[in-house]
Amino acid sequence: MSYTKRIIPCLDIDDGRVVKGVNFVDIKDAGDPVEVAKKYDLMGADELVFLDITATHQDRKTIVNTVENVANEVFIPLTVGGGVSGYNDVLTLLKAGADKVAINSAAVENPDLINEVTSKIGSQCIVAAIDAKFTSDGIWKVFTHGGRKETGIDALEWAKELNDRGAGELLITSMDRDGTKDGFDNNLLKAISSEVTIPVIASGGAGTLKHMLDAVKLGMADAVLAASIFHYEIFSIEEVKEYLKNEGVSVRI
Amino acid sequence: MSKISVIDYGMGNIHSVAKALQKVCGKEHKVVISNSIKEIKSSDKIVFPGQGAARLCMDNLRNKFNLVEFRELISQKPFLGICMGLQILMTFSEEDNTECLDIFNGRVEQIQSSNGQIKLPHMGWSKVNFTKDHSLRDQIGNDSFFYFVHSYYVSTPSREDIMSFTEYGCKFISSLQKDNILAVQFHPEKSSTAGLKLLSNFINWRV
Repeated sequence: MSYTKRIIPCLDIDDGRVVKGVNFVDIKDAGDPVEVAKKYDLMGADELVFLDITATHQDRKTIVNTVENVANEVFIPLTVGGGVSGYNDVLTLLKAGADKVAINSAAVENPDLINEVTSKIGSQCIVAAIDAKFTSDGIWKVFTHGGRKETGIDALEWAKELNDRGAGELLITSMDRDGTKDGFDNNLLKAISSEVTIPVIASGGAGTLKHMLDAVKLGMADAVLAASIFHYEIFSIEEVKEYLKNEGVSVRI
Repeated sequence: MSKISVIDYGMGNIHSVAKALQKVCGKEHKVVISNSIKEIKSSDKIVFPGQGAARLCMDNLRNKFNLVEFRELISQKPFLGICMGLQILMTFSEEDNTECLDIFNGRVEQIQSSNGQIKLPHMGWSKVNFTKDHSLRDQIGNDSFFYFVHSYYVSTPSREDIMSFTEYGCKFISSLQKDNILAVQFHPEKSSTAGLKLLSNFINWRV
């Protein structure tokens, strides 16, 4: 079967610049989203995720301009997230050239937003993002606002609800693993993936090639997202894909 | 300077499509996004991207255009349908039991999820196996990867119209071609080098 697992680099964008990036030897400006996006496309990235981490949200124009510039030059699917609060934000980003928009806290505050957006412009445009943390109750719970706010919502139930409300795919970030390089939370991923019909993107914890394989095999993820291992060139996208291919996972090479 | 119209009927990622076309056209051609039948008629080539549900798509088309006139338009000049822009060219879609434009003889059916073994929508990169030789696939390797997002696929008894197949759960038709029409299930505008090549071949296509 030619169903391939997707490898997705995530770029943090602050005020129109890529942050946490290191210099790839052959690009002039590691902070330029267009140059970095082009580089990832050439390396074989299957999609790109741009996360707007600008602390001040008074001016959303910067990320819109960034998306527009990237979409003029790079022709692989582009997902944009971070601070998306309503239908108009989604439309503005799609109009700028984003293919999908990730919604996180806004969906928890107003779940009908998912139905509203997907019924008007289609499920394929909406990536529902969940930040989940294992709690002392023995279940994973949903956190919002960049992980600062505990909602008390059961992450597994929330994933099913987002699926039923029409989300096109789920981006699942384990807050226990994010930034640790200890590997993805495969129990969380598997629990969600076996309960939903839409694709699941694994996020949080990538540190080794084996971690990527485990997310796909044990976590049953359809796509794997990583930031620092690509930015700091611990592995290239080619290396990840070669490794997965040798382990029997279908990838686009 | 020739003109390429991207049909705007209120849905779909028309901006991505227009950007990709402009990229491959360079300055020799003008890409316009339009819902004016007059403007579309005056263009040299027509691109029809589609997203969303079949019935909604047909309703939107009916609201914006006269369907008889629209069908004539499709038959006159090089026409590229993308994703839902392929599906509504068929006779009938099982999605909400929708009567479609009947440009190609055939139906649109849902991909079977095989008891949850197959995720829907089919979202990601899959190989396109071309079964027809055509200038539209010049310099595109057979079994090149293209990006897909869909839950339904087309079927037709007219074997001669089939341009390629792809596998996802089952083997399905991923593009159709006849006369002046090319229609693809995948998104060339999001398929990196292979996708841009296909768009460029379409731009250079002389019917």
